[in-house]
Amino acid sequence: MPKSLYLDLRRRPDLKIISELVHPGSRVLDLGCGDGSFLQMLREKRNAEVLGLEIDQQEIAKCIANGVPVIQSDLDTDLDFAEDNSFDLVILSQTLQQMRRPDQLLRQIVRVGRRAAVSFINFGHFHCRFQVFFAGSMPRTTQIPYQWYNTPNIHLGTIRDFQHLCRHLDIRILQETPIGFSFPLLTAAWPNLFAVGCVFVLEKA
Amino acid sequence: MLIVKPQNFLLPAPLPLDCGRELRQVNLRYETVGTLAPDGSNAVLITHALSGDAHVCGRHTPEDPKPGWWDEMVGPGRAIDTDKYFVVCSNVLGSCAGSTGPRSVNPDTGNPYNLDFPVITIRDMVRAQHELMKHLGIRKFLSVVGGSMGGMQAMEWAINYPDQVDSVIPIATTSQLSPQSIAFDWVGREAIKNDPNWNDGNYSADHVPEGGLATARMLAHITYLSDESMSRKFGRELQDADSYSFDFRRDFAVESYLEHQGRRFVERFDANSYFYITRAMDYFDLAARAGGDLARAFAGTRAAFLVVSFSSDWLFPTAESRKIVRALLRNRLNVSFCEIQSAYGHDAFLLEADVLGPMLRDFLANRLEAQHA
Repeated sequence: MPKSLYLDLRRRPDLKIISELVHPGSRVLDLGCGDGSFLQMLREKRNAEVLGLEIDQQEIAKCIANGVPVIQSDLDTDLDFAEDNSFDLVILSQTLQQMRRPDQLLRQIVRVGRRAAVSFINFGHFHCRFQVFFAGSMPRTTQIPYQWYNTPNIHLGTIRDFQHLCRHLDIRILQETPIGFSFPLLTAAWPNLFAVGCVFVLEKA
Repeated sequence: MLIVKPQNFLLPAPLPLDCGRELRQVNLRYETVGTLAPDGSNAVLITHALSGDAHVCGRHTPEDPKPGWWDEMVGPGRAIDTDKYFVVCSNVLGSCAGSTGPRSVNPDTGNPYNLDFPVITIRDMVRAQHELMKHLGIRKFLSVVGGSMGGMQAMEWAINYPDQVDSVIPIATTSQLSPQSIAFDWVGREAIKNDPNWNDGNYSADHVPEGGLATARMLAHITYLSDESMSRKFGRELQDADSYSFDFRRDFAVESYLEHQGRRFVERFDANSYFYITRAMDYFDLAARAGGDLARAFAGTRAAFLVVSFSSDWLFPTAESRKIVRALLRNRLNVSFCEIQSAYGHDAFLLEADVLGPMLRDFLANRLEAQHA
């Protein structure tokens, strides 16, 4: 059987944090699941009942090869198939910034899942701020290496923006775990300035 | 070269039908390729579409000019690998390629049934296949795989025999025939009825309603293609001449193509079977049997599903497959769904072996592995 290698969780600390949120035997939906290797891991390590949504035909073929159930979906339009609270955890990892309407998707995921885990890329990071401030151009990072005109990441925001949006949507933030590759103390103290990303655990208020 | 032999199975008992009648002395023409594993885990049933037959792959004789209808997908080393799986394909009840149908002899009268043949349903076809399954000593199919009307049968298997199918792969299909499709079927049958040879189905073998049947086929064939595939394949090309004829003989390549398709179809298909099989599809409506709720129709189903649609299929479009997927997910079944990008229209399920093949191969391999785990 063709098997993709498990994700290297050291390179994706956000997924490591999310994997620890998955209770054994729980039902997990991953939005934008790629080749399904993260779900494959959750199934084998956490005995989770998994489902992935993915838009790309080639990635879907890989999910099928990995034995991960996957539904071809456009997250901007196709989440209405799922009933309220039909998943224990809905995962959205580094995808929110690609949505046409992040606010509508957030509403959907806290409807469909009892809890949602959102891994968010922070454009309030000092590196991004420096690029705008000193170089006078839109930030490019190793996580998001695109130019402003060809980027699929059409809705970039900061940790503070995300917190405001959740308040606005009546979504409760149960937990937030900032991720920084350096300066751990500064990251903990000023996440919006020093964290490259953040994992939020959400539920409907 | 893979040589396969057509076989016949005479049902031991009368077959009860959805219409309330029963059929005596039902024969099923079928072919098998590969070997059934000692634990019986590797049997795959392939269900065919409207005009298909039991000859899914390989050749009947070394001189046979054409292989079976899904030879690109099924065979030794192919996606549905007959070195690995025991593949079964039978001609549907009501057809004209070896199984009992309206042109078969009615044992009560000694004459062909013609329109005295009972109206059958997709579920009746599956009920007959289930008898064949028992006859072959198969306890559970690893998968039932079919495109178009074959996909309808595959879903009926999952619903009616939940313990006897591990997985189902409905391709380019629908849970209920749309009014548009019913309309196409109606016009096709009207074309046959208006043929001077029709005689209410009591035509003789040398005076078949071939004009009507060819017209029905040409009409249906358009629904199997797409605007894009026709533009690519024919454009506005003229067939023989360099300029218009200024009369009503065929000028265009697409006209010539349809004419050819109609003529070829008449050589291998029967008008009465066309009536019965299109009617079976007209009546196909899984939700209707569950009070209009498709999710409830799948309530007892346990199989894993791989649902596939094609982007340019306007006969059974992606939205129809999505309805099926949604109903399956409501039942928390193991479901995967992919819409394959293709310009070939409905016929893509026969033509996109390069993309569809690997998906089927991997899906089946995982199901087989899970059986042994």
